[in-house]
Amino acid sequence: MKSKFFNSFLVNGSLAVICLLWTIPTIGLLISSFRDRLDINSTGWWTIFPHRDWVSTQTITPGPEVDRNQPMTLAGITAPFEQFAQGIEKDGKRYIWIGNRRIGYLEVDEYRWTANTTFTLENYKQVLAGGDYKATLKDGTTVTSIGDNMGRAFLNSIAVAIPSTVIPITLAAFAAYGFAWMKFPGRKMLFALVVGLLVIPLQIALIPLLRDYVALGVNGTFLAVWLAHTGFGLPLATYLLFNYISELPRDILEAAFADGASHFTIFTQLIIPLSVPALSAFAIFQFLWVWNDYLVALIFIGASPTNQLVTQRLAEIVGSRGQDWHLLTAGGFVTMVLPLIVFLSLQRFFVRGLLAGSVKG
Amino acid sequence: MSPSKPQSTSRKLARAMAALLPLGISLAALIWGFFFVRDLQANSKDIPQLVIVLFAIIWGVGGVVLLFTAANFFVEQLPEKWTQRLQPFIFIGPAILMLTWALVLPTIRTIIASFFNESSIKFVGLKNFAYVFTNPAMLTVFRNNLLWIVFGTTFTVCAGLLVAVLADRSRFETVAKTLIFLPMAISFVGAGVIWNFIYAVKPVTAPQIGLLNAITTNFGNQPQAWTAFFTPWNNFFLIVIVIWLQTGYSMVLFSAAIKGIPAEILESARVDGATEIQVFFRIMLPQILGTIIAVSTTIVIFTLKIFDVVWVMTGGQYDTSVIATEFYRQYFTYNNNGIGSAIAVVLFIAVIPVMIYNLRQFARREAF
Repeated sequence: MKSKFFNSFLVNGSLAVICLLWTIPTIGLLISSFRDRLDINSTGWWTIFPHRDWVSTQTITPGPEVDRNQPMTLAGITAPFEQFAQGIEKDGKRYIWIGNRRIGYLEVDEYRWTANTTFTLENYKQVLAGGDYKATLKDGTTVTSIGDNMGRAFLNSIAVAIPSTVIPITLAAFAAYGFAWMKFPGRKMLFALVVGLLVIPLQIALIPLLRDYVALGVNGTFLAVWLAHTGFGLPLATYLLFNYISELPRDILEAAFADGASHFTIFTQLIIPLSVPALSAFAIFQFLWVWNDYLVALIFIGASPTNQLVTQRLAEIVGSRGQDWHLLTAGGFVTMVLPLIVFLSLQRFFVRGLLAGSVKG
Repeated sequence: MSPSKPQSTSRKLARAMAALLPLGISLAALIWGFFFVRDLQANSKDIPQLVIVLFAIIWGVGGVVLLFTAANFFVEQLPEKWTQRLQPFIFIGPAILMLTWALVLPTIRTIIASFFNESSIKFVGLKNFAYVFTNPAMLTVFRNNLLWIVFGTTFTVCAGLLVAVLADRSRFETVAKTLIFLPMAISFVGAGVIWNFIYAVKPVTAPQIGLLNAITTNFGNQPQAWTAFFTPWNNFFLIVIVIWLQTGYSMVLFSAAIKGIPAEILESARVDGATEIQVFFRIMLPQILGTIIAVSTTIVIFTLKIFDVVWVMTGGQYDTSVIATEFYRQYFTYNNNGIGSAIAVVLFIAVIPVMIYNLRQFARREAF
């Protein structure tokens, strides 16, 4: 009995530790995205939890008559500027100079329990709406930070993701029905082609496609990305939907044929409604894949700022302003919010799609 | 036989001719929409983005549906025999055309280009491949990809298996699985940002804002730029990201496989006095071996093509470049189509065994 209790403790305990390890990275980003931009860069996000630290209790601003190049007497302590700048600890208090020699001030800190709990939505405003933002640092200097226009990129991502999901599914559903329920020469050969293409690395197709797009003048448009995602998503979509549609009960279809229904009617009126589970499983799969894709967008949309997608914008901030954590944390979350909603609300379908697709590879 | 038949056939033909009209109109509308969307996006300064986006979605999605409906309508007006003969191609045609244009032809074109020079004008034989397999920088690239495949796959599979087994006996199975699975919804770029933040490094004098360096300095060590000048270990700090992202995938598949093992087998082993560890290694593992192989293969292919994480985190600098980033750099930075194509062909060759395996499995299927 005792060992059973111990076993259950071990199982649940280690699972909890793993879950915590897996969640902390995302939590850290989420919390930081709501912190002030100066806070993010000066203290760790975990300082929002109660902890012991130096807390400012008093500030002393010496007048201009105090010569900062000589030892100064402030708050009863005489020391040169350099020592104050490093911080002097005495009687459980810390005396530290903030800012530069000329316009700075002395801060008296006490070591006690504290939590950094100032939160703001400013980061999201900056990253979504663009524009410049001014902030005043502790020592009085003003800095300007450039925002980002992710709101537009968000719309673009939607414009890319929806057709890039619907088009391949439509093509694949028709093809899957054709392969499953129609007879024509070369049927086996053509389906073997679909199976063969399941694991093809898309890198091998990128450059020739890019050349075609340049020739057609569509490079950099949504259309280019839709067609690329359609092509790359089709093998898996056709394969999965074929597996599903070919296993639908034969008598339903035969009854419909006997009633004189055409293939097209049977497909639209009967097969599509019956295949909703498979269709939605693949739809979620493809939507997440397209939304999260970076390589295809990078190559076919490229640098044109008006058409860029969220992943591209985020990657660009990482590259050009990798220390602007207020933009990166909020921007990161902007790119994640939609897939996370889709994922959490439709997880069951997604898992079903994964299980069906596991034959791939 | 019946006298009316020739007349009916000719009438049918006339109807077919008439049915060409909607097909022609839909095609024309599609082509017009194509140019409209293209030019709309090219000079979109005065039109609100939302309008363009809506139009693009309606045109793209509606166009496909319209095309199928019109083409099918046309075929159904033909004489019965022709309808039967042509209709399958209306159904499978678009998909096959798309696959041919987007995957088959490009593969052939890339293979051809890999035997030509950087501007695809002069035939150079195997020179590009010789470069790919002998250049010292390329050898580092292959080493890195090997690290990715070996460590990425091993840890993803092991972690997924561990979580699946633990969750199976836990009371909060659903919550735990959702939490582990959640990163699958996050893009590689997003994951790159998340982990960049964990790896963030500040000067020794400043407080560390990255979790890893905060822990390191807390134990009195120097802060470290984990993904930069920390070769070759920086590769492992990148691989961790993909393990974090993909463990959910392997967990889901293993979890389903474990639940598929008949309960009697496990029970009888336990009754016979087998320890839990013996049950796992002697009974569970052999039962789910097929799933382990399938998951491993998928992750091997996946890590073979890894691009986004490396590109966002390091840009392939500090000896972290992999095949896919090198492919991108050769083509877009050095404008070398020959070597770029050769690298893509190497990726292609690497997946051929899996392709053959899939085709063999397919050939064994009864349904065809």
